[in-house]
This record gives sequence, structure tokens and C-alpha cells, in this order.
Amino acid sequence: MSASVVVILVLAVGTYAFRLVGPALHGRVVLPARVRELLAAGAVVLLAALLATGALTERGGFAGWARPAGVLVAVALAWRRAPFPVVVLGAAVTAAGLRALGVR
Amino acid sequence: MRSPHRTPRVSAVQRALVRDSSLVWLASGVVGVSFGAISVAGGLPVWVPVAMSVLVYAGSAQFSAVGVLLAGGGPFAAAATGLLLNTRTAAFGLAVADLLGPGRAARFLGAHLVTDETVAFALAQPDPARRRAAFWISGLGLFVVWNLGVLAGALAGGALGDTAAYGLDAAFPAVLVALVLPALRGDARLRRSAALGAALALALTPAVPAGVPVLLALAGLFLYGREGAAV
Repeated sequence: MSASVVVILVLAVGTYAFRLVGPALHGRVVLPARVRELLAAGAVVLLAALLATGALTERGGFAGWARPAGVLVAVALAWRRAPFPVVVLGAAVTAAGLRALGVR
Repeated sequence: MRSPHRTPRVSAVQRALVRDSSLVWLASGVVGVSFGAISVAGGLPVWVPVAMSVLVYAGSAQFSAVGVLLAGGGPFAAAATGLLLNTRTAAFGLAVADLLGPGRAARFLGAHLVTDETVAFALAQPDPARRRAAFWISGLGLFVVWNLGVLAGALAGGALGDTAAYGLDAAFPAVLVALVLPALRGDARLRRSAALGAALALALTPAVPAGVPVLLALAGLFLYGREGAAV
């Protein structure tokens, strides 16, 4: 229990502090363009890495074939500019369907 | 909005924003159900995913923190992993700061609503008034739907049985696909950096604690270079 409380409180306070930086500094400080550029690029690089590890790995090992197949369908749908829910549900339905067929 | 003559036009815009946002809410609600269910199925009590979703309110960080916690990584590693993922909300907060309005209460409340989805949705609107309305409509709606989804998933956790059977584990990377692909599509420097970062993260995953590979992916920024510079 105490471990969960620590995680929630530290994460909540820290995350809110990050979120408040922009609104609190608004109109007072201007970040250099290069810093803003790297912040934006870094966010996408982080998300892409999270995507890759989330799609392919589970607790340090391979996640099985159904999940990456579902994510691949999501990539195809997103590439064709399908709406957000279609992309997400397409991945889930694909993974679920493959598992129903016995693919792990 | 104070002028009665403007009310109908504003509500038409608001209706359109609600209609478009509702698609994002639906998808996030599904991911929220998945977060609640995965957390409880992994052995956490119902209040942990529920409280975390209200107080932290950041999908990817929540998944990562709970993942580290369930993998036995300890509370500080779990929190640090989530925090490192959430450093990007500082950049997003800077991007939408002018949308929150001048009021202190609006800034403090609005800051908590800064998420990938809401920022992307707001910044996609054509004019400042619409961007502001989009931020609040998307942000408040997403907060409600996300938390209701997590609660439903957490309560159903046991009843849902093996969540993998529903393919919900594929929904989370798919959300990231939908958010990241448009940014990667038109930017070769970003694609290089993201590809190197993702490759590093995948290569390191078997060797280092959960959450760390994603952070080390930031080394991919070495390939980012400067605008107009030769590679």
C-alpha cells in the first residue's frame, strides 16, 4: 500500500509541476527557439520509443505476435489517415481476433 | 459569449468541437478501461489505478509506472519512469499556455488538463478562439471519460478475465501510432531521430530496468541536427 501511495503522490506532484511550467511562465520568459525545437522533437522521440517497446516487448521479453500485428494494422490505418478511434480499435480488434484464432 | 447575438454561432462551434472530441474520448475511454483492468489484473487494489488517474492523469506515464510497480521495480523507480515520460508535458504546457486565459484559477485547472490528445486537438484548430474552446472542451471531457473508463476497467478487472483476449494491450501502442505518425510523416530529421531512439530502446529492453530504455531513446536526438544543415 505505501509503495502505491508513494508512486501516486510523487508522480502526481511532479507531473503537475511540469504541466504548470508553461502556464506559470507565460508572458514572463521566452525559451530559445533551439530549446523549444529540441523539446518538441524529444517528445516525439520518447513517444516513438514507447510505441516500439510497447508494441514488441512485455516485461523485458517478446510480447508475442498478436500485439505487434495489431499495432501494424494501426500503422496502416494511421498512414491512410483513418480517424483516431478507428486506429485504436483496429489494433485491438486485430490482436483479439488473432488470439481467438490461437495466435499468441 | 456575453452578447446574446453571438451565442448561436458559438454553440455551433462548440457542438462541432464536442462531436470531434467525442471520437478521441471514446478511444481514450477504451484505453482507460484497459489501464484499470490491467492494473487490477496485475494485483493492484482498485483504488490505485483510480486515484492515479485522477491525480496524475497521464496515460503513458500511468501505464509505465504501474508496469514498473508490477514488475517489482519499486515505488521510486516507478515514479521516476512516469516523471521522465511526463517531462514532455512541460513542453506541451508551454505550447498551450496562451490558450488558458489570464485567470489564475483557469491556469491552475488548465495545467492539469494538458495531455497529448488535448494539446494536439487544440493546436489543430484554425483560430485562437476555437483553439481555446477546443482545449477546454477536449480537456474537460477527456478527464471525465478517462477516469470513468479507468474506474469501469478497475471494477471489471477480475470479471474481464485475461485482458489480452480483448486486444486491449495493442490499444495503447496504437494510440501512440495515431499521435506520432502525423508528426513523423512530414519530418525526415524527426524520423531519423525517432528510428534510432526506438532501435536503441528495443535493443536495451532485455538488459536494463523498465522505463530506462525509453529515456535512453533520447540519444536519438543526436541525429536531429539543425534546420537546413547537411546530415
